[in-house]
Amino acid sequence: MMQEHAQGEDIITVRDLRKTFGNLTAVDGITFRVKRGEMFAFLGPNGAGKTTTIKMLTTLLHPTSGSMSLDGHDPVREQDAVRRSFGIVFQDPSLDDELTASENMELHGVLYSVPRQLRHERMEQLLNIVDLWDRRNDLVKHFSGGMKRRLEIGRSLLHHPTILFLDEPTVGLDLQTRNHLWEYVGELNEKENVTVFLTTHYMEEADRVADRIAVIDHGKIIAEGSADDLKKTTNAQTLEEAFHSLTGHAIREEEAGALDTMRMARQMWRGRGKGR
Amino acid sequence: MRSLNTISILWLRQLKRYFRSRARLIGSLGQPILFLFALGFGFGPIYAKAGGGNYLDIIAPGVIAMGILFTAVFSGIEVIWDRQFGFLKETLVAPVSRLSIMIGRTLEGATVAFIQGFIVFGITFFAGFRVTNLAMLPVAFVVMFLIALIFTALGTGIASLLEDFQGFQLIMNFLVMPLFFLSGALFPLTDLPGPLGIIVRLDPLTYGVDALRGALLGLNHWAMLTDMTILVLLTGVLLVIGAALFARIEVKKLKRS
Repeated sequence: MMQEHAQGEDIITVRDLRKTFGNLTAVDGITFRVKRGEMFAFLGPNGAGKTTTIKMLTTLLHPTSGSMSLDGHDPVREQDAVRRSFGIVFQDPSLDDELTASENMELHGVLYSVPRQLRHERMEQLLNIVDLWDRRNDLVKHFSGGMKRRLEIGRSLLHHPTILFLDEPTVGLDLQTRNHLWEYVGELNEKENVTVFLTTHYMEEADRVADRIAVIDHGKIIAEGSADDLKKTTNAQTLEEAFHSLTGHAIREEEAGALDTMRMARQMWRGRGKGR
Repeated sequence: MRSLNTISILWLRQLKRYFRSRARLIGSLGQPILFLFALGFGFGPIYAKAGGGNYLDIIAPGVIAMGILFTAVFSGIEVIWDRQFGFLKETLVAPVSRLSIMIGRTLEGATVAFIQGFIVFGITFFAGFRVTNLAMLPVAFVVMFLIALIFTALGTGIASLLEDFQGFQLIMNFLVMPLFFLSGALFPLTDLPGPLGIIVRLDPLTYGVDALRGALLGLNHWAMLTDMTILVLLTGVLLVIGAALFARIEVKKLKRS
């Protein structure tokens, strides 16, 4: 699929994008392009600015400065057009656990004004691709982590977006489930001809899945290219080594921060917190 | 049309959730029942001996309002959680206006709070509480829904200002509890000592409780029209403020410390 789209036009362009929170610079002037139909990965440790960039591209955050274009639209000034053009799977689940799989899909379809007839055809088609059609009438809270992710991926494509954002979609899933998930994503990338923008801090995933990788650290893009390019320029055998030689450190797992504390507070408070 | 669809699908979603989650339903009834039985029957005899009449008439409308207040503020406050981790994010990236999401959410919360109040109302019946004028029952329901709207909007507005849960306990202790205890939900509004009399008048729930007592028993402290006017005005003001604050929501990055 890589060659097929290599000559394609740019579907995302980002120029000198910057986001600061008080004294903290989360995204520090990044510039990159994503071509139509490709699988593009942001690779970097937690806190590198991956999610913040996605939030800006998806209209959830306003940038401090810089410009962006998504399928020809500006996420700051043309929010509705931009929102129509992408689907997203967030780092944290955004399904309604108390609803069934098809109810979640239905709700999404109504929010995106997909006509009823088309909504139902699309739901069947997508639930079949992610292997959840048989479980469509089950409550989501009885689903495993992998099933929830699959449902979210299926749901995010219901309104025929041209771009699919996947923010750390495989965190917390076991290896086998992760592999399966990427098979589904690959299939959708081809069948639906949807451009995939993913973030991950798993080296082997970026290596295997992405057509092109941007290595991001401390809010800056420090290298860009295919996995092979990155290995070649750094004289490394693996992407892991390449990353190390580019950033001077390994991708690290961070210890429990404020985020996890909040998750626990929620669990105690409402008794219905959902771990991943 | 599109916003109407948005509002109604979000509303429907919450009702489905509410009736499916029985644990939540039953759990949130605990506190009003405790107040009703412990205070209602505990203070009842001494209240009657002092010549006050039936204490249940005082406290029953109070705990109905309490059930509504707690559920309403909670569902408003849930915005904090939802926008960071939950389903709200799915709606925030959808091509629908922030206003229709806010209205949908507030109606959701208010409907659930109203149902909660209705169930507490049913429980007061078993405790021996009797409505004197059945014709006024629809008015009581309107009052209950207004209370629900006011406090869901208040909760949503506050939640839109907060970034995380650190502020949650603060809201419970310094807002919800005082709103309840200083509303006259537990005592009659006549002959209150000066400062308390003033504070009680500043509490929006006071007018809700008074209107409820008026509708259910004909025991208003103020005229029904006064109560209703204040409630309707408050609903309007809080909905506007809540919507304005909600519209400013950005899904902020959390402090990682």
